[in-house]
Amino acid sequence: MESMREHEQHGHNEHQHEHDAQTAGEHPLDLAAVRAKLQSKTGKQYWRTLEELAEDPNFEELLHREFPRQAPSEWDESVDRRDFLKLMAASLAFAGLSGCGRAPEQHIVPYVKQPDGLILGKPQFYATAMPFGADAIGLLVESHEGRPTKIEGNPDHPSSLGATNAFAQASILNLYDPDRAQTVTNFGEIRTWSAFLDSAQALSAALKETKGEGFRILTGIITSPTLAAQIQSLLMLYPQAKWHQWEPAVGDGAREGAKLAFGTYVNTLYHPEKAEVILSLDSDFLGSGPGHIRYAREFSHRRNLDQHAIVNRTGGEMNRLYVVEPTPSVTGASADHRLPLRASEVELFAGALAGKLGLGISAKVSPDAEKWLEAVAKDLQKNKGASLVVAGEHQPAEVHALAHAINAALGNVGTTLHYTEPVEAHPVNHLESLRELCNDIDAGKVDTLLILGVNPVYTAPHDFDFASKLRFDQKTKSKKVRTAIHVSSHFDETSELCDWHAAESHYLETWGDARAFDGTVSVIQPLIAPLYRTHSAREVLAAFSDKPGVSDYEALRERLKAANPSADFEKFWRKTLHDGTVAGSAFPAINAVQKLNPSSLPAAKATSADDLEFIFRPDPCVYDGRFANNGWLQELPKPVTKLTWDNAALVSPKTAEKLGLTQGVASRGGEHGKIYSNVVDVTLSNSKVTAAAWILPGQADGVIVLPLGYGRKKAGYTGSNKGFNAYAVRASNALWSAGASGSAIKKTGNDYPLACTQYHFNMEGRQILATGTLEEYHKNPNFANEHAEAPAKELSLYNGEAEFPYQRDKWAMAIDLNKCNGCNACVVACQSENNIAVVGKEQVMRGREMHWIRIDRYYKAESKTNDPSSYSESLDNPETFFQPVPCQQCENAPCEQVCPVAATVHSAEGLNDMVYNRCIGTRYCSNNCPYKVRRFNFLRFQDWETPQLKLLRNPEVTVRSRGVMEKCTYCVQRISSARIEAEKQNREIRDGAIVTACEQACPTQAIVFGNANDKESRVAKLRAQQRNYTLLGELNARPRTTYLAAVRNPNPELEKA
Amino acid sequence: MMQHRSHLYGVMGEFVTPEELIHAIEKVREAGYRRLDAYAPFPVVGLSEALGLKRNLVPLITLLGGLAGGLGGFCFQYWAAAITYPMNIGGRPLNSWPAFIPVTFELTVLGAALSAVFGMLALNRLPQPHHPVFNVPRFAHASTDRFFLCIEAHDPKFHLADTARLLQSLHAHHVSEVADD
Amino acid sequence: MSAGQPPLDSPEIRRLTPVIGPGHTYGSVTDKISAIVLTRPTSLGWFVGFAIAFSLMGMMTVAIAWLVIKGTGIWGINIPIGWGFAIVNFVWWIGIGHAGTLISAILFLLNQKWRTSINRFAEAMTLFAVACAGIFPLIHTGRPWMAFYMFPYPSTMGLWPQFRSPLIWDVFAVSTYGTVSLLFWFVGLIPDLATLRDRAVQKPMKIIYGMVSMGWRGSARHWHRYQSAYLLLAGLATPLVLSVHTVVSFDFAIAIVPGWHTTIFPPYFVAGAIYSGFAMVLTIAIPLRKAYGLEDFITMRHLDNMAKVMLATGLIVAYGYFFEFFMSSYSGNKFDLFLVQQRLHGPYAPFYFALILCNILTPQLLWFYKMRHNVVVLFLMSIVVNIGMWLERFVIVVISLTRDFVPSAWGRYSPTFWDWATFIGTIGMFVTLIFLFVRVLPAISIAEMRELVAEKSEEEQ
Repeated sequence: MESMREHEQHGHNEHQHEHDAQTAGEHPLDLAAVRAKLQSKTGKQYWRTLEELAEDPNFEELLHREFPRQAPSEWDESVDRRDFLKLMAASLAFAGLSGCGRAPEQHIVPYVKQPDGLILGKPQFYATAMPFGADAIGLLVESHEGRPTKIEGNPDHPSSLGATNAFAQASILNLYDPDRAQTVTNFGEIRTWSAFLDSAQALSAALKETKGEGFRILTGIITSPTLAAQIQSLLMLYPQAKWHQWEPAVGDGAREGAKLAFGTYVNTLYHPEKAEVILSLDSDFLGSGPGHIRYAREFSHRRNLDQHAIVNRTGGEMNRLYVVEPTPSVTGASADHRLPLRASEVELFAGALAGKLGLGISAKVSPDAEKWLEAVAKDLQKNKGASLVVAGEHQPAEVHALAHAINAALGNVGTTLHYTEPVEAHPVNHLESLRELCNDIDAGKVDTLLILGVNPVYTAPHDFDFASKLRFDQKTKSKKVRTAIHVSSHFDETSELCDWHAAESHYLETWGDARAFDGTVSVIQPLIAPLYRTHSAREVLAAFSDKPGVSDYEALRERLKAANPSADFEKFWRKTLHDGTVAGSAFPAINAVQKLNPSSLPAAKATSADDLEFIFRPDPCVYDGRFANNGWLQELPKPVTKLTWDNAALVSPKTAEKLGLTQGVASRGGEHGKIYSNVVDVTLSNSKVTAAAWILPGQADGVIVLPLGYGRKKAGYTGSNKGFNAYAVRASNALWSAGASGSAIKKTGNDYPLACTQYHFNMEGRQILATGTLEEYHKNPNFANEHAEAPAKELSLYNGEAEFPYQRDKWAMAIDLNKCNGCNACVVACQSENNIAVVGKEQVMRGREMHWIRIDRYYKAESKTNDPSSYSESLDNPETFFQPVPCQQCENAPCEQVCPVAATVHSAEGLNDMVYNRCIGTRYCSNNCPYKVRRFNFLRFQDWETPQLKLLRNPEVTVRSRGVMEKCTYCVQRISSARIEAEKQNREIRDGAIVTACEQACPTQAIVFGNANDKESRVAKLRAQQRNYTLLGELNARPRTTYLAAVRNPNPELEKA
Repeated sequence: MMQHRSHLYGVMGEFVTPEELIHAIEKVREAGYRRLDAYAPFPVVGLSEALGLKRNLVPLITLLGGLAGGLGGFCFQYWAAAITYPMNIGGRPLNSWPAFIPVTFELTVLGAALSAVFGMLALNRLPQPHHPVFNVPRFAHASTDRFFLCIEAHDPKFHLADTARLLQSLHAHHVSEVADD
Repeated sequence: MSAGQPPLDSPEIRRLTPVIGPGHTYGSVTDKISAIVLTRPTSLGWFVGFAIAFSLMGMMTVAIAWLVIKGTGIWGINIPIGWGFAIVNFVWWIGIGHAGTLISAILFLLNQKWRTSINRFAEAMTLFAVACAGIFPLIHTGRPWMAFYMFPYPSTMGLWPQFRSPLIWDVFAVSTYGTVSLLFWFVGLIPDLATLRDRAVQKPMKIIYGMVSMGWRGSARHWHRYQSAYLLLAGLATPLVLSVHTVVSFDFAIAIVPGWHTTIFPPYFVAGAIYSGFAMVLTIAIPLRKAYGLEDFITMRHLDNMAKVMLATGLIVAYGYFFEFFMSSYSGNKFDLFLVQQRLHGPYAPFYFALILCNILTPQLLWFYKMRHNVVVLFLMSIVVNIGMWLERFVIVVISLTRDFVPSAWGRYSPTFWDWATFIGTIGMFVTLIFLFVRVLPAISIAEMRELVAEKSEEEQ
């Protein structure tokens, strides 16, 4: 961290806001003046720009790229697709760039005096935040010469604590996405911003007449005080106007549950660190949802078996986690006990538990669930005040209400969780809110609709048929909504049906704010002026206000001034920008009083076992579809299924057997790439999708998961037409789970190839991922090292020891398998830090993905089977473990010995370096690598044309070309920069000065890097632990990367059973 | 058939079988001739002995070539790996001599083989496109099915007539002069 | 041993199967063999065969061009299977290239007269096989235009090859082998080139053969040194030929991959090489003797002996297969054990059983005298063994890579169109060169045949 701290000294950027202040000009008095100013000041350039646009042939691409087109077919299809993509991207970029310079002319001036803090070649870090649902993830963004290149967590931010998740890591690719919408369009025609302002003003003038009658605003969840204030001011200006919200992937359960329990919306905050026993009722609180990064961190402190940590009470004895869930999640994978239950039975389970705890409910669960329930209930009661029950985002209100009641009964409120006022600026029931909007549209009550950021045409329940609300009706020769205005980053499914589309700025391009999961106001600071003619949602709203000219920057400052009256605002402002948060803005705990008598809840009904249950979940990689065009996330193997580039209907092995669904390993790529799986037709509420099925061990029987976010029609080149669209069968009366008879799913008889990076889940009895129970660990802390045979050193041809002692620095990495929950943040972080190419589905199916760190998923399944399509008991609910595998940096590297040209050699510090320009690509090193962590550029995977992607790249890491091998370098560029710092100050490199990308991103601190020669370093301490073992130690490759065995803490009672 | 020639390389007799050739050589050597050479379409057993050929440098040259290749090979590897550009390759010592053996061996063989062949050619003064014996039209049969004995002119005992007669007395077919130009 | 077969090497069997047909003189052998090159009109069959082979070679060129344009990604290789057809073919060709030198050198040292009529084209075959083999290490690299890094040349960076890598050993072994085989072949050719020079009718031919024969005149002094040089070459080539496939086997034996890392590889690779080499010699000899009526020179005795060598080496190879199982079970190395079991019931088991059928079971027919003396059977057998040896390399190279240490990284391999195009293309190249060879050079050593005639006449007296 230390080296980063130094950058933060000049954390907030003066020159940045100076020019923004200029952009928007100084407080306008009346609109005429504004318009005049706009015309006079920049009008000429606009017109010139437009002419350029008109003349630029490439620009056609920009307008028409939405229409599907075929790649020219040649021998190797995949290759040509890529070429095609490059070509497309390049032409778009030209169009984009000719359309709009990277920054307005007046800012493009050479440095006369270099801005303070900016040293060319030295990255700077700025605090900002990424708004995501009802949370904002605090970030420090690395900037090279004014272009953001890498996203890190902000250690001072409550929801980040210095870590991030895969979404935040990948969000920087969205900024440079060549498919982004780049300007304002009206019916697809390019318009200038001023033209848009004109018509907006015309509209608002008309609206003022009618007090805003028929004026509607549709947004997602909004936690930004500034944006909320802007909306409120509009609602003040137009009393009749209405604000609707629709967040497709966040359930209403939590909100309504709170209302049920307390009569009012409250926000629930958990403290997993304080809990000895945790029960998750279908909650993935470690992997998704507000605050999950922090929760994962806190939880990991209680998985810390480091004696030293226990002594310092930084983590006590291990906690115990029970998880009840219909489909495996990363939380379920970390559980000590996991019970697969249908989503609908979770409510039953919660009721039964409440009953056991004397809340006067009588609910019956299946006998084996009953046994489980007994033990859990006992365990919870044993730990009153130190236990925690968490209800899942996608569970109905009742489950949340019950969870509140149970927590109250267990006396956990105030210790392991507390309540605050809601983080959302304006909590509502989203489904009802959207339903109301649709009804009003049908009733002709809506004539101006402002859609901010969301994509309802794609995400709304299919029975609402939102497209019909916007589409021009051929029969009536009319549109239901007179003027629909859409603001979004991409020209998507909704945009094409709206009259106006305004390209939305990325959060790294705008000033703004957002509340974190605990209410902390986080400042969004732009790292770069908008790449294109894009604007923030707030600016678009402002266009309808009396003050259309107010820039985001001014709006933010005004709002902060108002909210934080302090003597020296500038000082406060600088501090806030530096920290990224407004000090002490977190919500205080409130005392929420239970108004609900649980027994009054309607009794939950069990679905019959032979019925099927379809449940909808956001995809772990593309979420609700907003990341569909993000290549990094598309190619990111999903934590449990390891699928890429597609979603699939997930079924349990037993159900698959029942439905006769199978999978087959393709001969090319095979287990590490290409799996053929059956295609099924899913018919729900008279709507049908065709999906590929995927057999998923550990899923509840009879449950079929339909992941949201795929099957986009207009996501952009990368994201369109991938997977199937689960929204198409998602009805408003069954948003999260739909019961249906077995006939709802039918085999079509076709097969579909899925790109799966790890199909083989069986360890084949090898000591790959060492696991044990807490009991075993206490009996024999060294259990991980006993299976492996000790390498016989005397058998060496040479006296390997003496040759290279590595006296000074000895870089090493320790990975605690007890903490890793497989969340994937490290994989994307590595991809971003090291300029790792995206190869596309075709190549992934050939086993050629390029990730330098992969996360292996193993099932502790007794059975010999390694194919879920051949059913076996042991796959009903196997224990799941994750193992991140980067290059092991062996001291006796097998790869180096066989390289004919010395293209991979050892550095003085014992790093296993790749010399790209010496490599001729014999691939011998990869063959001889026992860990198979080397990646080869079989084709030209890197995109060298697209200008945007050039901006994205980390200038300190070589961009590899075709035909060379590559692999994890322990982020050698970070090691060097830390060494330079240390040498400047003439001292040793301090522990923690070097943080590898994966380590930095890891929410659970499972990855620790450092100098093994420094006895005080964290890594040395971890290596000293008895849990520490080397992967395939018997090969005597002597890896620098070691693992700490995973230890589970099962409940003895359940063990017996 | 005999007329005088300014430059004479020698007199050549043609024989049908190797046995006749060897017999002829023995007789000619008994007669005291020393400057002779025999020509055969294949290596005739006993020919070298009959001509009294002993010294042969080819084996020695081959040995030297082999030694040069082998020593050079190992020293070069040692120099490249341990002296001029030492690198830590997978923790192996700079002088991983066991790993240097295969190349050393190959270079030994290569050196030996090259010197054997080129040594042989050099000692035989080959390539030599022209040689007086080719002036004899029937000599074309030397590469097919005839055997020739040539007594060279600069043999001290050489006398055109006597020598020719001697050859004829040995039942040589077509005794002919070999012009030297 | 089957019934009805006379005891080995009795005068009886010599009479039955002489190394040269009756009634031949120096002249007749010379006429017969040189006629193929000089006087005989080129048959239509030759042109047709050459055309087919040459077009296959053309396909190879296209495949390689596309490879250079697009990258090795056009092949079926992936992670974990970094080596596919390219290396399989490389080892296969190198193996085939062993018979030639072996026949010329070892049989020469052992003074096996019957080698005489087959050594010339066996050596030629060696050269062509090595040429085919040599293509693969070059093109299988990701950046073929950089492959020269593997040669020791003074680079501006002062870098040298990494001599611990078996690939570098390969570079030296294969290039040495190629060079020595070429010398051996050429030295053997010199007297015959002289013969052609003297018998050629057209002037251009005379000139060309005259140049390459370097003025050889069959002088006794020349023969004297010539023979010792030839003997020395034979002596050098013998250990060389054994070393080459040993080094090739090191590519695998030195690596730690289960299924590669075994000490039995060198002997069993060499045996396999000889096995496939003799198979290929038969594949060529049988049609050749038929086409040019050389039954008098390549007699049943030759075919019989080659069949016996195949049988012997085939049994050594079988022993090798057996020992892979034995060692993995005996050592108890769980990775090795798992791998050999994979061969029996993994996804690639069919290949393994096909391999056993081709390399172990079918050749057992060679125990029978009748089979050894049935030209058709021998020909088919030689084809089967060639296929079998290719499969062996596929099993070793590819299947070992599919399932090594970490199960999560297991994968599968299947070749693409381009893999096949390149492989079949090299076969085309090989056959093309063979066709050219028999057309322009004496396919049988004339000088040595004359020696045989001489000895025969001695025997008769």
